[in-house]
Amino acid sequence: MSKMVPLPTNSIIPERDLDKIPVLETRHLGIDFGGLTAVDEFNLTIGRTEIAGLIGPNGAGKTTVFNLLTKVYQPTRGTILLDGKETSGMSTVQVNQAGIARTFQNIRLFSSLTVEENVKIGLHNQVKYRTVSGLLRLPSYWNQEKIAHERALELLSIFNMEDLAGHRAGSLPYGAQRRLEIVRALATNPSLLLLDEPAAGMNPSETAELMENITKIRDTFQIAIMLIEHDMNLVMGICEGICVLNYGRIIAKGTADEIKRNPVVIEAYLGKKKEG
Amino acid sequence: MSGKLSRASLNGFLNYGLVAAVFLIVQAMRAGGHVSNSLNGQLVPICAYICMAVSLNLTVGVLGELSLGHAGFMGVGAFSGVVAAVSLTNVVPSAGLRLLAAILVGGILAGIAGFLVGVPVLRLRGDYLAIVTLAFGEIIKNIVNCLYVGVDSSGLHIGMTNSNALGLAEGGKVIMNGPMGATGVPKLSTFFAGFLLVLFTLAVVQNLVQSRAGRAIMAIRDNRIAAESVGISITRYKLTAFITSAILAGMAGALFAMNYSTVVAKKFDFNTSILVLVFVVLGGMGNIRGSIIAATVLTILPELLRAFSDYRMLVYAIVLILVMLTTNNPQFRGLVARLLPHRREGDSDGSGKEVGSHE
Repeated sequence: MSKMVPLPTNSIIPERDLDKIPVLETRHLGIDFGGLTAVDEFNLTIGRTEIAGLIGPNGAGKTTVFNLLTKVYQPTRGTILLDGKETSGMSTVQVNQAGIARTFQNIRLFSSLTVEENVKIGLHNQVKYRTVSGLLRLPSYWNQEKIAHERALELLSIFNMEDLAGHRAGSLPYGAQRRLEIVRALATNPSLLLLDEPAAGMNPSETAELMENITKIRDTFQIAIMLIEHDMNLVMGICEGICVLNYGRIIAKGTADEIKRNPVVIEAYLGKKKEG
Repeated sequence: MSGKLSRASLNGFLNYGLVAAVFLIVQAMRAGGHVSNSLNGQLVPICAYICMAVSLNLTVGVLGELSLGHAGFMGVGAFSGVVAAVSLTNVVPSAGLRLLAAILVGGILAGIAGFLVGVPVLRLRGDYLAIVTLAFGEIIKNIVNCLYVGVDSSGLHIGMTNSNALGLAEGGKVIMNGPMGATGVPKLSTFFAGFLLVLFTLAVVQNLVQSRAGRAIMAIRDNRIAAESVGISITRYKLTAFITSAILAGMAGALFAMNYSTVVAKKFDFNTSILVLVFVVLGGMGNIRGSIIAATVLTILPELLRAFSDYRMLVYAIVLILVMLTTNNPQFRGLVARLLPHRREGDSDGSGKEVGSHE
């Protein structure tokens, strides 16, 4: 892991990413639901090839941050810069085309379709031909479908899932469904991959394998990954910069070692020590 | 694709084969005089209803949106097709070409109607499409009931009051006469034309489903939020499916209308929409072959039940209920699964349940 260096904006990014435009930068990001402020003053910078962690107690607003970044919710205030470009006014679809892909806490696969079809749907904007070419089965249909088929199997091979290509996605075991969601997100060719509790429901050996694979994905595709996770072994093991959220506000940012020792974080998770 | 056919395309070819085989058998039986008069008259309507069921399956089964006004699109296609066929009488002498023109005009106008209905409604979530299409079907019926169209040497005349107000020149012909419907319709439809239209409909729906656009449509049905998250434009692909479905219904309508000498708007009312929906539900959502079989059997069945005279519709309803009960019976499904061992692995549970998607 490369050294983490502080930025003037009070965020830290890996030293190797210093000379590149950060993949994500949020400024004063916030959202209110009626009178309730769910997220406020969310300032974070993520380096181009960083693996970042977003942790916090239940209900802290972690998934809400993902929903803000992917425009499932439109922010009440603040700006999001993706590759240095503002995403205000964009829809979920446009944000994905601009480079953010995500997985979901409660798995959202196209469960009646096959594993391969799920990945091919992820490739929707990568492998293109006109609808008319599809209807008439023109040569461009056959060429592009062949490319999609090969690319889908290649992506599935990251998790050694090529053999499952013909299975129905909904019939896969839980861990495989989570992995398929990651593959589908990767198929959209993102520059930032958001993983919402990727290890939930996995056993320790599956989690260890997942950690290796997340690092492998970052190294192979040279993308940034931001993950929400409750498994501290995973977070402390692979995340370079960690951001702790509580009651919708960032209470700490730093490396794994810094976060582990931070008294504010310990208090948020375990409560205050009794006086005396 | 790499020498190996996917299961979906194999299924598609089986459907073409099934339709072609039945067509050849029926043609042979007709040549031998083994087809009763009543069944003979049903052949073109059966083809039209198969097209209706397959096209509605695209909206209901593949896209997952409920449409209760499919007969409305059929009606648009029927009457615009009739107007096109009659006005082209002198221009295009060939009956086959005139039928083709009528079917094309019917499809295009139904597609435009589908666009106008779909654009505002498909942006919304929920059951709005069902409500709006239900109203659309009724509106079409009522418009046709007060629409007067005539043709003379100077072209088409359209009015809403009565046929005399059209001001037709000498030798002009009234095509649509308000509540009387379209009269003097040329009987251009043949069983062969119906067979070709069924093949065309099958090709469009099956090729669409197995393409990039079709996968996007099914992705929207399975999980709208996930589809958006991988960059699929929801409105665009909903419209693609809905308009394609409307065009095919319009074509079926033109074929259907050209089988009778008189066509009235009542033929395309809410009951017809529900009838086609029953074909789709009974044949299985998203199951193209099921739609074909259900449309055929349920169109013939009322004729076969004539022996029950007054109790005909009662027996028809009982048969429907029995079919639904047996096909939902786990033991019956198990039997079918054993008889058809080639079904996809891991598909035997038949449930589309999603793991861990509590909301």
